[in-house]
Amino acid sequence: MKRAFIPLAIFVALVVFLWIGLSLNPREVPSPLIGKPAPMFRLPQLHDATKTISPEDLLGKVWLLNVWASWCETCLQEHPLLVAMSERNIVPIYGLNYKDKRENGIAWLNNNGNPYALAAYDQAGNVGIDWGVYGVPESFLVDKAGIIRHKIIGAIKPSDMQQLLALIKELNGE
Amino acid sequence: MVNKHLFLVLLLSLSLPVAHAGEAKTTAEDPVLEKHVMALSHKLRCLVCQNQTIADSNAELAIDLRNQVREKLKQGESDEAILSYMSSRYGDFVLFQPMVKSTTWLLWFAPLLLVLLGICVLAVMLRQRRKLMKKVQNISDEEHARAVSLLSEKI
Repeated sequence: MKRAFIPLAIFVALVVFLWIGLSLNPREVPSPLIGKPAPMFRLPQLHDATKTISPEDLLGKVWLLNVWASWCETCLQEHPLLVAMSERNIVPIYGLNYKDKRENGIAWLNNNGNPYALAAYDQAGNVGIDWGVYGVPESFLVDKAGIIRHKIIGAIKPSDMQQLLALIKELNGE
Repeated sequence: MVNKHLFLVLLLSLSLPVAHAGEAKTTAEDPVLEKHVMALSHKLRCLVCQNQTIADSNAELAIDLRNQVREKLKQGESDEAILSYMSSRYGDFVLFQPMVKSTTWLLWFAPLLLVLLGICVLAVMLRQRRKLMKKVQNISDEEHARAVSLLSEKI
């Protein structure tokens, strides 16, 4: 009688594994960069091509890198949240304008509000590759030592905020 | 004559899908390098279209990644260095053939484990059957005669 339950047990185990597998989102690939130093770059600024910006300049503060582009529709979804964060001075947000035309990027910020302390201009997308960006928007939280502590793939949602705010507080030592 | 035509049509129909499935176009200046880029690209997953390699995909990210591979090869980087660069940026998921390391041991060696398990189960079952056979051999002549008569009985 016991033997009859063995196939049933195997079947149930398979169903459970399948269930777990189906509930995972294959689009969300965990970043191997979390806990690692932010990849270095020095890029021209979006608004002023003669000036540059680098994560090196930001050592000593907690900051958020937001990868965005004017052609990116999902970026519009998260934009009000970014603007609200910058208005409340929660964390300095730096933009990485990814594979965009400079004038389009600037115009987009003029239309939708500019939450960025500064925006870098990554025309070729090489810095994006270096940061493991595969879909825009993506956001990285970098701590005072220049270590990436958190990554949000896709638009930042209101439900992400609690964790993000707690982490920012923690990293600021508050 | 008809046969020849039919043959040609068949041949053409065979070549059609192949022509469509041509790989992503590249700017081939150096065929040797290009071949190398493609060989390496076949090992890398396109994260936008996840079941394709970056060699098969024409997604913008795949094109960028192929360019990145090309640049790195031009700079004289080894295949291993490029693959490990990609997995340090995009995670092990970009590698179509996962690396052998402690976290992937189960993935690599589970089939072997299952075969061993199967052999064990088979051995146990064979042994049980042999015991059963021994029991059968130990029947008396009387029992044997009865079994024969029962088997030969017509229904």
